[in-house]
Amino acid sequence: MKALFFILIFIALIVACWQFVKLLGLTKVQNSTATEKENNINGWLLLGLMVFIYGLMLTSMFRGRSVLLPRLSASLEGYHIDNLFIITMCLIFTVQFITQFLIFYYSFKYRGINDRKAIFFADSSKLEAIWTIIPAIVLTLLIGYGLWTWNEVMDSSNAKDPLVVEVYAKQYKWEARYAGADKTLGQGNVNYIKDLNTMGVNMEDAYAKDDVPTTVLYLPKGRKVVFNFRSQDVIHSAYMPHFRAQMNCVPGMITHFAFTPAVTTEEMRKNDDIITKVNNINILRKEKGAEPYEFDYLLLCNKICGSSHYNMQMKVVVVEEAAFNTWLASQKTMAQLLN
Amino acid sequence: MSEHHHKETFVTKFIFSQDHKMISKQFLITGMIMGTIALFMSMLFRLQLSFPDTSFSIIEAFLGKGQDGGIMTPDTYMSLVTIHGTIMVFFVLTAGLSGTFSNLLIPFQIGARDMASGFMNMISYWLFFISSVIMVISLFIQTGPASGGWTIYPPLSALPQAMSGSGLGMTLWLVSMALFIASSLIGALNYIVTVLNLRTLGMKMIRLPLTIWAFFVTAIIGVVSFPVLLSAALLLIFDRSFGTSFYLSDIFIQGEVLHYQGGSPILFEHLFWFLGHPEVYIVILPAMGIVSEVMATNARKPIFGYRAMIGSIIAIAFLSTVVWGHHMFVTGMNPFLGSVFTFTTLLIAIPSAVKAFNWITTLWKGNLQLNTAMLFSIGFVSTFITGGLTGIVLGDSALDINVHDTYFVVAHFHLVMGVSAIFGMFAGIYHWFPKMYGRMMNKDLGYLHFWLTCISAYGVFFPMHFIGLAGLPRRYYTNTAFPIFDDLLHINHVMTIFALIGGLAQILFFANFFFSMKKGPKAPQNPWHSNSLEWTTPIEHIHGNWPGELPTVHRWAYDYSKTDENGELYNGQDFTPQIVPPRAGEEML
Repeated sequence: MKALFFILIFIALIVACWQFVKLLGLTKVQNSTATEKENNINGWLLLGLMVFIYGLMLTSMFRGRSVLLPRLSASLEGYHIDNLFIITMCLIFTVQFITQFLIFYYSFKYRGINDRKAIFFADSSKLEAIWTIIPAIVLTLLIGYGLWTWNEVMDSSNAKDPLVVEVYAKQYKWEARYAGADKTLGQGNVNYIKDLNTMGVNMEDAYAKDDVPTTVLYLPKGRKVVFNFRSQDVIHSAYMPHFRAQMNCVPGMITHFAFTPAVTTEEMRKNDDIITKVNNINILRKEKGAEPYEFDYLLLCNKICGSSHYNMQMKVVVVEEAAFNTWLASQKTMAQLLN
Repeated sequence: MSEHHHKETFVTKFIFSQDHKMISKQFLITGMIMGTIALFMSMLFRLQLSFPDTSFSIIEAFLGKGQDGGIMTPDTYMSLVTIHGTIMVFFVLTAGLSGTFSNLLIPFQIGARDMASGFMNMISYWLFFISSVIMVISLFIQTGPASGGWTIYPPLSALPQAMSGSGLGMTLWLVSMALFIASSLIGALNYIVTVLNLRTLGMKMIRLPLTIWAFFVTAIIGVVSFPVLLSAALLLIFDRSFGTSFYLSDIFIQGEVLHYQGGSPILFEHLFWFLGHPEVYIVILPAMGIVSEVMATNARKPIFGYRAMIGSIIAIAFLSTVVWGHHMFVTGMNPFLGSVFTFTTLLIAIPSAVKAFNWITTLWKGNLQLNTAMLFSIGFVSTFITGGLTGIVLGDSALDINVHDTYFVVAHFHLVMGVSAIFGMFAGIYHWFPKMYGRMMNKDLGYLHFWLTCISAYGVFFPMHFIGLAGLPRRYYTNTAFPIFDDLLHINHVMTIFALIGGLAQILFFANFFFSMKKGPKAPQNPWHSNSLEWTTPIEHIHGNWPGELPTVHRWAYDYSKTDENGELYNGQDFTPQIVPPRAGEEML
């Protein structure tokens, strides 16, 4: 019934709106096309719109700066991505500034005046060649650099002694498993899921026994980490924004991604961008009486996976390699866990 | 011919009409109703995103008592975003836009008495209508409508255990889409045949208005790509209902191992995006065509680079079918394939840049009539560029890694295909309203509508890029589960306020539309002093469009402000309709 009420309000608003127009006498027969006065008003307003768009761009860039991810990439591979990103963004902003200026300035400058005659200018192969060839050259360079970066990031075939980790996704939880002393993960399949063996590890497989399960993802600084991703139910996506890393977890197959953590959690907490961001967050949290927040790296789900998709996360901790080895040694292996 | 024509009853005239003009209005009104539903949904979930723990009686009123005292549940949120996306992309921007204007303009602008097959045209509309009804019905079932995102990736969409919307809601979604695809294929075939065969004397392909080129190429893309979605949907129906394993393998859910073996969800993603990406061009090309036409008319200048415009439409159409993999860079697809798709994707920027610069040059040294349709066209170029440029980030596989599926993507596609295409549609409605209903729309309401809509569109979607760059994933019911996103709250408030203003501003449009339809001032025959053929038909619609002979075409549609060798305007007016024969010694383009 209430819904009906709201719909009635909606219709009433439409009617009110029309009555208002009638009251102002605006429904009288008008010039069908825009008058000089209207062109003038709209021309100036278009110029105002340009200022509004530029204003939005500048405020978002400067005032919005503090909400962004820290400029410092937490992985070595992320540096390449960040460089490419900065170059691309500079290009985009330049083109955006120029083209928006042209659109609104021309719309303003050539707003209709009764006696003015538009020029008849239908074609110019020279101009069109210019704006075909220049974008083509710029894009070729961008594609070249982009593909080089993509190869740098995706190719982990020549990593020396990488740490092999399996990240395992399920509705709405992350788990992980280190390869252990033999540096090889034991096989996994959904058929082996039973009781504590939540990741479905085949315990018959000799490689599986020394695997180390965890629910907090510890990573060593400076050592390449090769991730194998699996999912047991629907598609999830392992997104680690601070490391510029993301890969889908697809049921029925194993996907891969690799990066080298470059900044420990402690170091990142001392980063200027993070300090500003955390301070801003804590001011807001204090207002609503929530616990103060301390920065941690995160792995979050970034592919719609069901009703609790919004809360599927795992803490990621980067420590020095020695500390990592100590931590790993203190954890139970699969064999120990299941016995 | 009218006397000999059979008597029209109410049913044959208004309901089962085979007349392209009536069918176009039917598409428009259905599209507007669907658009209102989808827009309203977006306002509800914007409320949820900004005020996550606040109770709203409007939410309880529309979404039912299940909403926990006016606070939306996660499942409801998911279904709202899913249906919002589905309706906007398919029902509003495909059928509402293409269906309306292809039907209205193809016969009018090429000089034909009607579509090649009026009967098929009618079937196309009614399939669309049934499909819309099924989609709307799915909102009212107990387990809720489909809620796995408009991309309906399996296994989420295939397994009713995975989320409640994947039950009956998903079945209805698939049935509705299957009918929709049939409707759009029948429509597209009709458009293609009509453009190829029914052009009037003198209307060479190279004299067609750009609207027709855009509709024609759009129809071809539709015929190439929609059947693939149909097969993807059919295989999904098999997986869901008959136990096949096309997309499913090794699944353990709710404590049991399912029998599926050997399928791959990646296969679905390939099939889906083989339509899904061309689909965004199916959405945007008609808007581009409309904008080209409206802009040239109101700039009182020929569209700049007519042939380059056609060339870029064709280039975009071709490239659109070989870029689908850029939606899948981080799905586990082979990285080499990612490289190929990066290359083809960034190539699309070239024809797009050509189009953008040609529009800007069309404005240069014109005598711009800044009426509502023109304002929306200028808005279109602006949002198309703003949104399109970030495509360079998303199309670059290396950069996509970190922004994939974040709000950056949402901001990008809303500006470049959502807002732009809607602006193109509004431009079309304001421009051709006199042709549709024989009356003028109110100008002042139109201006107000444009200004509120344009400013709120930027206000919603520009800041959205930044919350995406902060790492916020899309399709999160709330971001309160992550303290790291707490500082996005203010930006979210700003966006929601603009979204509500923008949504409510559409009331102005509806008021203007429906009352002008009945009470607006009578339109002159050629209100915008336009060149194209539709303005040579009588104001009152008649069967067969032209009372006597079909007009003969002597020139292209863009002879605006053309002067003779003495610098004098032809006939003392700044436009020369297509039916005017060339003067002696006139240079023809």
